[in-house]
Amino acid sequence: MAENGVGASVRRKEDNRFLIGKGNYTDDITIAGQTHAVFLRSPHAHATINSIDTIAASAAPGVVAIFTGDDLAADGIGPLICGVTVTSDDGQPHRAPVHPALAQGKVNYVGDHVAVVIAESLSQAKDAAELVEVDYGVLPAVTNTATAADEGQTQIHEVAPGNLCFNWPFGDKAAVEEVFTAAHKVSSLELINNRMVTNPMEPRAAIADYNAGTEEITLHLTTQNPHVHRLVLSAFNQLAPEHKLRVVGPDVGGGFGAKIFIYAEELVVGWACRKVNRPVKWTADRTEAFLSDAHGRDHVSTAEMAMDENGKFLALRVMTRANLGAYLSTFGTMVPSYLYAFLLAGQYSTPLIYSEVKAVFTNTAPVDASRGAGRPEATFLLERLVDVCAADMGLDPVEIRRRNFIPVEAFPYQTPVVQCYDSGDYHAALDKALVLANYGSFAARAEEAKSRGKRRGIGLSSYVEACGIAPSAAVGQLGGGVGLWESAQVRFNPTGNVQVFTGTHSHGQGHETTFAQLVTEQLGVPFGNIEVIHGDTAKTQFGMGTYGSRSLAVGGVAISKACEKLIAKGKKIAAHALEAAEGDIEFADGNFTVAGTDKAMSIEAVAFNAYVPHSYPEGLEPGFDENAFFDPLNFSFPAGTHICEVEVDPDTGEVEIIKYSAVDDFGKLINPMIVAGQVHGGIAHGVGQALLEGCRYDSEGQLITASYMDYAMPRADNLPSFDIDYAPTDPPDNPLGVKGCGEAGAIGAPPAVINAIVNALGVKHIDMPATPETVWRAAQSV
Amino acid sequence: MYEFSYKKVSSVEDAVAAMQSADDGKFVAGGQTMLPTMKHRLASPSDLIDLGGIGALNGISIDDDTVTIGAMTTHASVAASSEVQVAIPALAKLAGNIGDPAVRNRGTIGGSIANNDPAADYPAAVIALGATVKTNKREIPGDEFFTGMFETALAEDEVITAVSFPMVDKAAYMKFENPASRYAIVGVFVAKSGDSVRVGITGATPCAHRGMRLEAALNGNFSAAAVEGVKIPVEKMNSDIHASAEYRAHLVKVMTRRAVEACS
Ligand SMILES: Cc1cc2nc3c(=O)[nH]c(=O)nc-3n(C[C@H](O)[C@H](O)[C@H](O)COP(=O)(O)OP(=O)(O)OC[C@H]3O[C@@H](n4cnc5c(N)ncnc54)[C@H](O)[C@@H]3O)c2cc1C
Repeated sequence: MAENGVGASVRRKEDNRFLIGKGNYTDDITIAGQTHAVFLRSPHAHATINSIDTIAASAAPGVVAIFTGDDLAADGIGPLICGVTVTSDDGQPHRAPVHPALAQGKVNYVGDHVAVVIAESLSQAKDAAELVEVDYGVLPAVTNTATAADEGQTQIHEVAPGNLCFNWPFGDKAAVEEVFTAAHKVSSLELINNRMVTNPMEPRAAIADYNAGTEEITLHLTTQNPHVHRLVLSAFNQLAPEHKLRVVGPDVGGGFGAKIFIYAEELVVGWACRKVNRPVKWTADRTEAFLSDAHGRDHVSTAEMAMDENGKFLALRVMTRANLGAYLSTFGTMVPSYLYAFLLAGQYSTPLIYSEVKAVFTNTAPVDASRGAGRPEATFLLERLVDVCAADMGLDPVEIRRRNFIPVEAFPYQTPVVQCYDSGDYHAALDKALVLANYGSFAARAEEAKSRGKRRGIGLSSYVEACGIAPSAAVGQLGGGVGLWESAQVRFNPTGNVQVFTGTHSHGQGHETTFAQLVTEQLGVPFGNIEVIHGDTAKTQFGMGTYGSRSLAVGGVAISKACEKLIAKGKKIAAHALEAAEGDIEFADGNFTVAGTDKAMSIEAVAFNAYVPHSYPEGLEPGFDENAFFDPLNFSFPAGTHICEVEVDPDTGEVEIIKYSAVDDFGKLINPMIVAGQVHGGIAHGVGQALLEGCRYDSEGQLITASYMDYAMPRADNLPSFDIDYAPTDPPDNPLGVKGCGEAGAIGAPPAVINAIVNALGVKHIDMPATPETVWRAAQSV
Repeated sequence: MYEFSYKKVSSVEDAVAAMQSADDGKFVAGGQTMLPTMKHRLASPSDLIDLGGIGALNGISIDDDTVTIGAMTTHASVAASSEVQVAIPALAKLAGNIGDPAVRNRGTIGGSIANNDPAADYPAAVIALGATVKTNKREIPGDEFFTGMFETALAEDEVITAVSFPMVDKAAYMKFENPASRYAIVGVFVAKSGDSVRVGITGATPCAHRGMRLEAALNGNFSAAAVEGVKIPVEKMNSDIHASAEYRAHLVKVMTRRAVEACS
C-alpha cells in the first residue's frame, strides 16, 4: 500500500481550510456592484392570484427591479422540469403540471414564489417586498397524503384529476393474489413514512453575474451537481446556451439530496442578473429553507407478507400513497417509484412481489430525494413487516431473517423487482452484528432494566440498498432523461504534480482526500502532490454530480480509468526513453521499469518528457493528461445489519438508545475514517427520522414545523457512541471493488430503532417519529 | 430587522429616561429573545435601550437567608456560582440547563422573567421559592409577577433590578424538555421549608403558576405517593404538536413526583 493510499485513514485535506475559516461558500462570494434578491412567497397553501400591485414597492428606497411570473414568461424562461417519466396504469405518462419559477395566476403551497424584489441592500429588498400587494383568492388546501386522491377533494391542478400524478402498479398482481389466498399465514401492517425536511447546515444560495462582453452568465450556487444544473437550466429553462453558462458549486455546507434539484430561485436569479445587468445574490434564511427546500419521504402504506408454515416468505404486496407536494421537483417522480419499489425484495428471496404506488399532489412543498431517497421508505416498510411476521409466526426476528435471506451462493442475485444484486453475504453481516450487539445476553439486560422500572427493547434491521447511481441504459429504460456515467480528468503538470478533475461534487464527503488516496495508490505520486478539483463547469470537463452514493463507485472508477490511460501512455514514453520494447515495461509504485533490469524512470520524469518531448516516441501525442468516462454496469448494493437497543421510560415515553451496532458491506474501504463518518452521520439521520423529525402541515397547509423550535433535529445527546464494523464482499461489477456508503445509515437505522421500541413495549407498531407522547400512549395501551 | 436607534445607558435612571422619551422603546438585556424576534420582523421597536452597561444590575449576593441575583446576571454565571450551588443548588442546576452555552452566556434572569415565555424555566423557580422581583419602582412578590402569557406585572418603563430568592430546606426542579427547542414542555419546581411546600409549574399552561392542588397534597405528606391522587385539570393545559393537554397533565405529576424524590 502506498503511503496515504487505499485503506489508510488519512485526515481530511479539506478540513484545514474549513477550520481556519478559509472555506468559500456561495454566501461568502461578493461581486462588485451586486444587488440582493428577496422572494415574495405565498402565505397561503392554495390560492388564486387576482392581482399583484408592485407600484408602491417599486418606489421604495433602493429598489432596482421587481419581477413577477409574467416577466419570466415574456422572456420564455422556464418552467421548471421533472427529469424522470413514470408511466401511469392508464398507459399515459405521469401528470405533470406546469411549474413556473414565479407563480402565474395561482399559488400552490406556502412558500411558493410570487415575485422577486431586487434592491441595493438586503434590508431594502425585504422592506420593499412588504409593500408588494397581492390580492389572493384563498382556496381550500389539500395536505393529507392518505386522502389527497380521494373523491371530493379540492383539485389542485387541472391536468391531474383526483390530484393523482400517477398510479404505478408493478409486478404480477394475479399471481401474488393466488399465493396470498393459499398461504399458511399472512402478516400485514399499515405504516407511515414520516415527512422530513432535509436541513443541510448551509441554506441554499445563489449569486449570478452576467458579462455583457462575453455574453456569459456565471452562476455560483449551492449545488451537488453543477453540470446537471447547467444542462437543465440551459436545455430546458432557456437561461443561456450551455457554452455561455458557467455553474460553480463552491464549498457547499451539506446537501443530503436537497441541493440536487434545480430550484426556482436559482433560475430567477440567473435570469435577473442579465435583466438588471448587475450581479444578483440570494441566500435563503432558515425559514425559507424549511418552506421551500424539497422535502423528503411522506408515504402512507399497507404491506402484507404471505408465508408458508416455516415462515418462508412467499409473496409480498405493498400499496403506497406517496406525496409529491404541489409540483414535481427535478427527480420527484423517481423516488417513490424506481428507487422504492425496486428495493422491496430487501435481503430476502421472496419470489413474488406486487406493489402499487399512487403518487399524489398536495398543497405542500415539493417532495424529492433526501438521503436514501426511496430506499429508506422500502427498508422501513419491509423491516417492520418482517418483525410483524416473526411475531405472528412465533419466531425470533433473527431466525425469520435467517430463513429468508438470499444465500451467499446465489449472488449475483436477480430479484423479482428488476434489480440484480451484485454481491452480498447477509448471514455474515448478521452474525457479526449479533456478536457486536451482545444479542444473546439481551434477556438479562431487559430483566435488570425492569427492576428499575424501565423497558428494554432490541431491534434489527437487515437492509440492502441500490446506489452508485447509475447505469445509463437502465436510467434510459426507466424514463430518465440523462445518462448517469461519471467523468474524470487526471492531469500531470510538467513539474510532476497532479490535478484530478472530477465531475462529482463534494459537499462534506471528503472527496479531496479519498480521491487523492486512489491516485496516490495507483500512480505512486505522493499524496501531497495531488489536488482534487470539482464543482466548476469551467474547470471540470463534465460530470453528473453527487447523490445516490455514486461519487466513489462511479466517479472514483472514472478517475482510476484515467490513471490507467496515463500508465498505458507512460509505458510508451518510458519504453522510448529506456530503449526497451513497450511490452517489457512494467509500472509499479510510481516507476516504470524494464522487466528484469534495474532500468527505471519515475512517472514524474515521464510526465516531464511528455511536455518537453525533445526525444519522444514517433507519432505519440505530447502531454500527460487523460480523460475518462465510466458508465457503471450495475448499481452498487451495500447491505448490512443494524441492531439497536433502547430503554423506554414508560412513565414519560422517553426513549434512550443504549447501544447501536452496525455491520455494513461497503466492499473495499478507501478511507475507513471517512466511511465511519458517513456511517455515523447516516445513523444520526436515521435516528432523527425514527425519534425526532416530523414535518407537519396543518389542514390549511401552514407548515407548523418551520423552525428548529418545532422541528427536532438529532443532537449528540440523542445518540450513543456507535459500534460499527464491516462484513465486506467483492462486487464483481465495480472495478474498484467499492460500494457506496453515504446513505446506508439513514436507510438502515429507522426500522432498527422502531423495532427496538416495539420490542420494548410489546406492541405491534409505532409510527415515526416515536416522540415521547407517542411512545407513552403506546406504553399505556399494553 | 427594521431600523431602530440603539442606546447604551449606564444607570437605571438613564434607562428609564431613555424609555420615557422613546416612541416605542424596548429594553434589551441578553437579546436572546429580543433579537431573534426583531430579525423575524415580529418586533419593531423605535429604540433599543441596552441595559448591559449598568454595572449595578449584574452580580449575585448572598445573606443569611436569601440569594439576590442582579437582573443582568447571565444564566451561565448563576449556574457557575459556587454560592448559589451551595445556597439553592436546584436554582444553579436550573440555570445550567437553559438553552445552549451561547444562550446561557448572553441570556439573563431579568430578561427571562420579563419575557415570561410560557415554557421558560426561571418562572417556576420564582414562584416555588416565593422570590421577590425588585424593580426601580417597587418589590413584586413572585406569585403576583407573572400575569399571563408573555405578560407580567411590569410597567412599560419599569426595570427589573434583581430577584431575591429565599433559601429553603430542600428544592428540586424537574424539566421535561421539548425535543426540538429544549424549552420546558413541563417543568416543575418543588421547594420545601419546614412543613410548607410550594410548587411552581411552567410549560404546562399559558403562564407559569403555583400547583395549589399538589401543594395541598404534599403539605403534611411530602412523598411521591402523595402526588398520585392529585387531579390535574386537563382542560387548563396547553396542547400543541409536541404534547397534548392530557399528556402534559400526566407529565406534571411525573415531574412533581421526581422533584419530590430528588428532595428526599
Ligand atoms: C436557542 C435558545 C434556547 C433557549 N432555551 C431556553 C430554555 O431552555 N429555557 C428558558 O427558560 N429559556 C430559554 N431561552 C430563552 C433565554 O433564556 C433568554 O435569555 C430569555 O428568554 C431572555 O433573556 P435575555 O436576557 O436574552 O432578554 P432579552 O431578549 O434581551 O429581552 C427579553 C425581554 O425582556 C425585557 N427585559 C430584559 N431585561 C429586562 C429588565 N431588566 N427589566 C425589564 N425588562 C427587561 C426586554 O425588553 C424584552 O422584552 C432560549 C433562547 C434561545 C435563543
